[in-house]
Formats: sequence, structure tokens, C-alpha cells
Amino acid sequence: MASFLNNLFTKNSKLNTEQLIQKKTILSFSFFFLFAAFAFLGWQWLRMQPADSGKTSTPLRKVLNTNEELFASILSDNNLAKTYPVSEAANPARVNGNLGMKTSFDTAKWVMNVIKAKGDTLKLKLDDIKKLPKTEIVFNFKCIEGWSQITYWGGVKFFDFMKAYNLSEEAAMKYLGLRTPDNEYYVGIDMPSALHPQTLLCYELNGKALPMDQGYPLRLIIPVKYGVKSLKRIGDMYFSNQRTPDYWADVKGYDYFSGL
Amino acid sequence: MKKIVKKHPLAIRWFHWFNFPVLAVMIWSGLLIYWANDVYKIGFGSTTLLKFFPDSFYKALNVPFRLSEGMAYHFVFMWLFFLNGIAYVLYTIFSGEWRLLMPNRKSFKEAWQVLLHDLRIRKGKPVQGKYNGAQRIAYTAIIIMGIGSILTGLAIYKPVQLYWLCNLMGGYKMARILHFALTIGYVLFFLIHIFQVIMAGWNNFRAIITGFEVKKTKNISPVADEKNDISDTEIIN
Repeated sequence: MASFLNNLFTKNSKLNTEQLIQKKTILSFSFFFLFAAFAFLGWQWLRMQPADSGKTSTPLRKVLNTNEELFASILSDNNLAKTYPVSEAANPARVNGNLGMKTSFDTAKWVMNVIKAKGDTLKLKLDDIKKLPKTEIVFNFKCIEGWSQITYWGGVKFFDFMKAYNLSEEAAMKYLGLRTPDNEYYVGIDMPSALHPQTLLCYELNGKALPMDQGYPLRLIIPVKYGVKSLKRIGDMYFSNQRTPDYWADVKGYDYFSGL
Repeated sequence: MKKIVKKHPLAIRWFHWFNFPVLAVMIWSGLLIYWANDVYKIGFGSTTLLKFFPDSFYKALNVPFRLSEGMAYHFVFMWLFFLNGIAYVLYTIFSGEWRLLMPNRKSFKEAWQVLLHDLRIRKGKPVQGKYNGAQRIAYTAIIIMGIGSILTGLAIYKPVQLYWLCNLMGGYKMARILHFALTIGYVLFFLIHIFQVIMAGWNNFRAIITGFEVKKTKNISPVADEKNDISDTEIIN
């Protein structure tokens, strides 16, 4: 041992091959374990970072937000979710989740409250939506869980809706917010994604009125996002230049953007 | 006589050891994501030979109900995996190291000999340069797999904005299957790699940490014949 320590401080040229092998090996392994220890500490540090309300730690959230900026920049109205013939659509469509739809609900009294930038509220009935030009889409609906299903929806383009009700000031804001009538479920969506030509205020599934468990009377269908953003049973619609609250991002730790 | 022979450049050792924990995090976080829709299995008709994965496996690794955490880690560490991979490929190109890593005309025959040797069927050592034929094939394949993981990963990450890539990868569902299959491929690669490293022994393993190998020179003369340096080396995997 002593001779080894001595060798560490001896010039390489004065060592024989055996001593040199030993010296180089021990030095290299020491550095190796040192860096391994740093990597391990770095990992421990990352695991111990305080989490936001959504259980995702700050450094991770920062990277996710940077990813959002980067990938939002390639978001384009010209990039469309692939569409399919109606014959390929699943019937019935898969029902996944009933958040915001657990409380009793009087369909006759339903209106959508559109809370405008200045604070006044537009109350719209289903016929106010249905009278606008209808758009249909058959696309591969993608769940954040990893499954996908080709489904057939009908409704009004969000873009057309905003135009028809003179919501240009609102459309110029950065974020759209939606929540269910019972306020139990809510999503936040960046405005460019909301105004994407395939985003629908949807009232039909497979050519018929939306079933209750698919969000009757009106839901969102947004093919440029995971299904979590396609809120069922819209109660309120509002706008903001700050991020609007989002259930899965704020409470459950998912990426806010969740763009596809 | 023993002689110290340089084997792995420092850069390659960095890329190798940096990749190891990063890929481990990618596979772990990928597993947390896969759990949420764990539909893949190997079988025929209604017979399942192997389900990915059994519940006991998930339980042992504490996988269930961590989808958001898995996604967060996956979409952070993907950058490290990607950048390290790019750096490695660029390094091998500009250093000329690729010549030692890419399979050539002889590699497939050599790889067969290596296999027979490893299975104790063939006596005598196969031809061994810095990398033998089997290694050339494996180490080039793993890079192609890495590129495949990045492309299929991007295809399922942004299937609308990168619709052309998603189509190229066989569509959304196929890209997810490929992304998963490649990961199984890494795990198999890892197992064989570990086995081969153990079989090859200490001198070989030391080289990926220290960079050098110890070679016994046949001639008594301390002046080694440089040309023989590589061809004489022990079998290394």
C-alpha cells in the first residue's frame, strides 16, 4: 500500500510497467467512481426537489415548459391530424373518464357561459351553436394513457364559433379555459391550438347527439392534444393571457401543453 | 513482457458511461408510461406466451399509477439520450473510429465464428481486431436502434405536427409498437453485453474505464511490433 501511494507521486517514466498499470488503473477507477458518485448525487437531488401542486418537481417542469415552447413553434394550422373514412370509426366509441359529470345535471337548463374579456357573459344554448356551419371529423383520438381509437365527431369549428360571436378580442388572448358546470373538471389550452382548424365544439358522435357519458350536450374535440384536453360537458368558457387552470397539469403533474 | 496499449479514447468512454444511466432512466420512465396501456404480448391465436408485463413485475418495480411522473422524466432525459447519441456518432465520424465499428465484408463470417466459439463449438480464437465481426455488427446495430428509438419516439410524441414522420414510422400505433420493441432490444443487448464482458475478463473491462489494455508481447524485445499490437490482442468483447 505504501509503495502504491509512493507510486502515485512518482513520474510515470520512473515506474516499471507493472507499477504503471497499477497506478493508471487505480487513478482511472477513482475518477470513475467519483463521477458515478456525482451522477448518483445529482439524481438524488433531482428526486428531492420540491414538487408543484401537480407532483412534478421544478427542474422537470422547467424542461417540460421549454419543450412546450420548442414544440409549440412547429404547431401549424397546416399540420393536420390524419383523417379517415367514416366506415373506420369505432361505434360505440370508448368512454374513458367521467370527471366533472358525476353530479346530477338538468339538460333542459344547460347553457354555455362564455365569459368575455371585459367580464360580461354570453349565454348560449345548444341551438346557438348548431345554427353555425357544421364540421365533421374522423380522426385517431389519442389518450394520454397510450391507446388510440378512430372516432367520428360532428360540431362547429372553434375558429368559426369565435368569429360568429365576434370574439376576436378573446381570440387574441393567449389561453382558453373551459370547465364543467360543476367546476370539477377544467382544462387550459393555448389559443393557437384552440384555433387550429380541427378543433371542434362538438355535439355529435357517430352522426347522433352526444351520449351523456360522452359529454352531452357540448364538448370539446381537440385533435392536436391528448384526450384529457377534450373536456366533456362544457359549462364555462373563458379567456386569459395567463395560463388557465388545468386539472391534469395542476393536480396530477402532467405536461400543461400536452400537444400532439 | 507486458505492455500498455491504448484502446478506448476518453471521448468514447464518456459517451459509453454517460449513456448507461441515461438509458436506464429512459427505460424505467418508459415502463411507467407503458403500464398505462400495457397491451403488448407474444403469442398466437388466443394463446399468450408472454405478456408485457406480468402484474408481479410491475409490483416488484413499483410501476403502477406513475404515468405523469414517467412522462415528465422521459421528456426530460430524452434530451440527454439524444445529445449524447449525436455526440457519439459525430465523434466516431470525425475521429475515423467508425472504420473500426462498421461491419465490413468479413464481419458476418467473423461474427459466425465468434458465435461458434462462444458456444464452445469451434476451437481456436476468431479473428479479433479492436472489435471482432460480432461486435462490429452489434455496435452498429445499437446505433441504428438508437436512431429508431428517436424517430419512433418523436412520431408518437408529436404525431400531428410531425405527421409525415408518424406516417413514415407506420402510423401512430405501429410507431408505439416499434418504440417498445426497440426497448426490449436494448434490454437483450444489455444482457448479452454483460455476459460477453464477463467472459472476456478483467483486461477487457478495465479498458472501458482506463482506456488501455495490457498486452503480453510474444517477443522478448521490449520494442513491440506496432503492426501486431491489435491482431495479437486477447479476445475482447
